[in-house]
Amino acid sequence: MTEFQHDPYREDRPDNPVEPLLRMDRMPSIWCPGCGIGTTVNCFARAIEKIGWDRDNMAIVSGIGCTGRVAGYAKADSFHTTHGRAIPFATGLKMANPKLNVVVYSGDGDLSAIGGNHLIHAARRNLDITVICVNNFIYGMTGGQVAPTTPPGAVASTMPFGNYDPAFNLPKLVASSGAVYVARWTAFHVRQVSKAMKEAMLKPGFSFVEVIAPCPTLYQRRNRLGDGLEEMKYYKEKSVKMNGADPSDPALDLRMRETIGVGKFVDLDKPHYVDAMNDYYETRMGDQYTRYEG
Amino acid sequence: MPVEVTTADPAGVLTGSHYLDGDHAACEGALAAGCRFVAGYPITPSTEVVERFSVRIAKIPDGVFIQMEDEIASSIAILGGTFAGKKSMTVTSGPGFSLMMEHVGLAAILEAPCVFVNVQRTGPSTGLPTQVGQADMMQARFGSHGDYRAISLCPSSPQECYEFAITAFNLAEKYRCPVFLMMDECVGHMLERVDIPEASEIEVWNRAYTDKEPGEYWPYERKEGDIVADFAKAGDGYRYHVTGLTHDYRGYPVMNHQCQEEMLLHMIGKIDNNAEDIVDFDEDEIEGADVVVLSYGITSRVTVKAILAARANGLKVGHMRLKVVWPFPERRLQEIAPTIKKFVFPELNMGQVSIEAQRLVGLDKVVSVPHCGGTVHDPEVIQAAIEEAAR
Repeated sequence: MTEFQHDPYREDRPDNPVEPLLRMDRMPSIWCPGCGIGTTVNCFARAIEKIGWDRDNMAIVSGIGCTGRVAGYAKADSFHTTHGRAIPFATGLKMANPKLNVVVYSGDGDLSAIGGNHLIHAARRNLDITVICVNNFIYGMTGGQVAPTTPPGAVASTMPFGNYDPAFNLPKLVASSGAVYVARWTAFHVRQVSKAMKEAMLKPGFSFVEVIAPCPTLYQRRNRLGDGLEEMKYYKEKSVKMNGADPSDPALDLRMRETIGVGKFVDLDKPHYVDAMNDYYETRMGDQYTRYEG
Repeated sequence: MPVEVTTADPAGVLTGSHYLDGDHAACEGALAAGCRFVAGYPITPSTEVVERFSVRIAKIPDGVFIQMEDEIASSIAILGGTFAGKKSMTVTSGPGFSLMMEHVGLAAILEAPCVFVNVQRTGPSTGLPTQVGQADMMQARFGSHGDYRAISLCPSSPQECYEFAITAFNLAEKYRCPVFLMMDECVGHMLERVDIPEASEIEVWNRAYTDKEPGEYWPYERKEGDIVADFAKAGDGYRYHVTGLTHDYRGYPVMNHQCQEEMLLHMIGKIDNNAEDIVDFDEDEIEGADVVVLSYGITSRVTVKAILAARANGLKVGHMRLKVVWPFPERRLQEIAPTIKKFVFPELNMGQVSIEAQRLVGLDKVVSVPHCGGTVHDPEVIQAAIEEAAR
């Protein structure tokens, strides 16, 4: 067996309330200074704590990329899968054990580019999982290439003269595909992010939380947008609360240095996939059918 | 114990004599083996497997089927199913098998027991979608990037589709690796009698679940002498982590060559070092033969006619029918080779597994009888190759 150095992480400091959700033996994380992913994980830990979920009955699934590393730091059953395929892995987990609380935690490129097909189909099915998408507008792990979320004009390593490739409005995409809960906040809005995550996880069906987060190393720097703190100031000053807005409102499209529409856009009730299957089979087959519970 | 040996759950066993095609028989084998989760995507000529499963599973309370959005999704959904504790399978053909390759690698590195059924058709690309081929055999061996080992079984009748589906699950559970049931269109669509015994007569192997307390369990920590680590399923309270990155016994990523070597040698060694337990073949008149024909899948059936005709002409011809193609029966082939003049190896591809036989006993000693696919060999072509080899 490979020996590993157990590095007691700052044993001297008082207990941090989010520690129970983290694999402290894997700290410090790989994320850059000023990165927003850690902030979202903090919000996530607090949301779990608020819900009071039994972490023994919870699975976290990530794809590949910077946010894809979240599963590796989360102290629950956690699965670091392939690029773009966290949602179908989560689909297998949830179908095989519908009692398991399943959260997919990944980035914008992972979920909406390579994994876009799975995103829309899981939403269409209204599979009872929560997808948390940290959107930093860029492929961070591979060095800052253009993503389907990169705003118009932004410079990326593969858009050296600025981006001409149209971007997704993710809330619109998932809402039109059938999601029952859709919210967008920024890494500045820690309370709202935590609350949205909590609501999303408690929502039966497909729920989606987009968190806009800084990537100072690759997105901000290359676009001369300042450091992580500058970006937080921008989020604070330019965010516009649009709770209840139609997700296809053009005001929710994202542009550099312009306003960011945030809020909860969708919150509705609809039977989730396994319940719908069970109800349907019961109607069709009557006593011959036993409800599937895993 | 690395696996728990038990008998089949009667809920999935359709005891009796049936008239089934290979696709339906493979589905029955999977159900008998305890498969309770299938994720699939329609593709000819394998679709009948999932069609039957979707009907059958509706009346089995602890099982479920889902039709995914594509083969990529199907091939990773089954890994989720496996980690949630269900025996899981996906089913495909040709192009779908290509799409699944990334998750063959993920299954290998996660050491996730799972079964992939590939009812082979003719390629490359869309090729002849409804017609027979055996040209995915090297893909079954080396299709995903990086080094790994998987197991491939090749049935040559609907009865074997049923039986080998059970074996495929048993081997997947024992070795915690992806196992391929490499059928072909002819076997998949051939209707024959399939005998399914009582559940109590069907041996089923299940993965061993850990008996450790939460906090003491690491997902890849093996007990002394065990081939693979004990399993824990999601939701059991172990809060473990697994990753497709190179990892250590804790399941944590470790980015260095020492860990890569340790992990890879284990993943490969668990198959290579136990190859003699996994390989399976039938032999017929090998003793004293001048020529031995190697075959698998539907080609075995065609080969028999050629062998009988050659024997009628006075030739001493043996037959070695491979039931497991990967791992290849290296030891047995090398054992019989010194007294054999030539091996003849017909396949419905341009000589894929023949390369392996040539590697083992010599390029000149193995006569490949290739075929472009779309139909089976003309037995006379195989007979001619046998007679030429005997000269």
